[in-house]
Amino acid sequence: MLKTLFTVFLEIGVCSYGGGYAVIPLIQSQVVDERHWLTLREFTDIITISQMTPGPLAVNTSTFVGLQTGGIPGAVLATAGCILAGIIISVLLYRFLEKNRHSVYIREVFRGLRASSLGLILSAAATILGLALFQKGKPGAGLPSMILFAGSLLLLRRFRTHPILLMLGAGAAGLLFL
Amino acid sequence: MIHQVRRCLWLFFIHMFISAFTFGGGYVVIPMIRKYFVERNKLFQEGDLLEMAAIAQSAPGAIAVNLSALTGYRVAGRTGAMVSCVGSVVPPLLILSLVSMGYQAVAGNRILRGILGGMETGVAALIVDLLIDMWRALLREKYLLLPILAVGTFLGSYILHLPVLLLLGLSGFLCAAKARGRRGGEVC
Repeated sequence: MLKTLFTVFLEIGVCSYGGGYAVIPLIQSQVVDERHWLTLREFTDIITISQMTPGPLAVNTSTFVGLQTGGIPGAVLATAGCILAGIIISVLLYRFLEKNRHSVYIREVFRGLRASSLGLILSAAATILGLALFQKGKPGAGLPSMILFAGSLLLLRRFRTHPILLMLGAGAAGLLFL
Repeated sequence: MIHQVRRCLWLFFIHMFISAFTFGGGYVVIPMIRKYFVERNKLFQEGDLLEMAAIAQSAPGAIAVNLSALTGYRVAGRTGAMVSCVGSVVPPLLILSLVSMGYQAVAGNRILRGILGGMETGVAALIVDLLIDMWRALLREKYLLLPILAVGTFLGSYILHLPVLLLLGLSGFLCAAKARGRRGGEVC
């Protein structure tokens, strides 16, 4: 059982492109639809909780599914399976690019990657802004969140506030919206 | 030897620490890594971070974990990579173990939702702050193609939802191709 958990999540890990939300259908089809390790209700609860706890969605979901189906060992194996493909490929890719750094073309490829990476982060930021500030039903959506956002940005740019301090402060401010 | 062990210990704890605050998606690790690796300890530069972020997004899996692996690898080789990954998955493991014991209480909790909502906004500010600095650095290179690639990628991703790998690959390719077209002469 534990071995299957590992291999299933290994497969999921290899195909997990496009960020946390894209992985959910993958996990669902394997864990709920095909193997019936969890019911759909349980799975949806897991997704909700995974969004509320720290850590990337894909990792949290794998860990939680592993926990529910196989206890702590299950959680460890599911998580390991999920991340393994990604970290191996990342490191290999990095080594390949580093090794060829002397090549002018690779240097230029890197420049292009840096610029493109910025664009991707910009895209993520746009999505996050939309959700953080305007999501329906969220406490403080609209003007209050916009003010919190502006205030946070000011603290960061002008006063160089520490990121974690800022997040804690923002979390506390979030309580005011209730 | 001792130096390496100390480095790996540091990597483990720093990744655990960062991961414990990864609310609102994996991208928030980038400003945090910038703070601890680039600004405080000068282990590598912002440009390196962007490169590693690009690679982390090109590979399957969570960008936060891939980035942990890469920053760990950069600082302390394969051991560094492993130690960093373990460090970054420990907080979710611990917290979820606790939560699974009573998750009904967590899911519907209004207070948690309020705090999380505020944090989400904080995260948005963190990322925008990072973007402003990185954008400025990009413009400082005075190479028109780069902002074009950045904006193009943004549009391609946000509006058209094109696959990440395609956008990254295209950008890398175009930049290299342009270099090829430039026959001996100006420095980029």
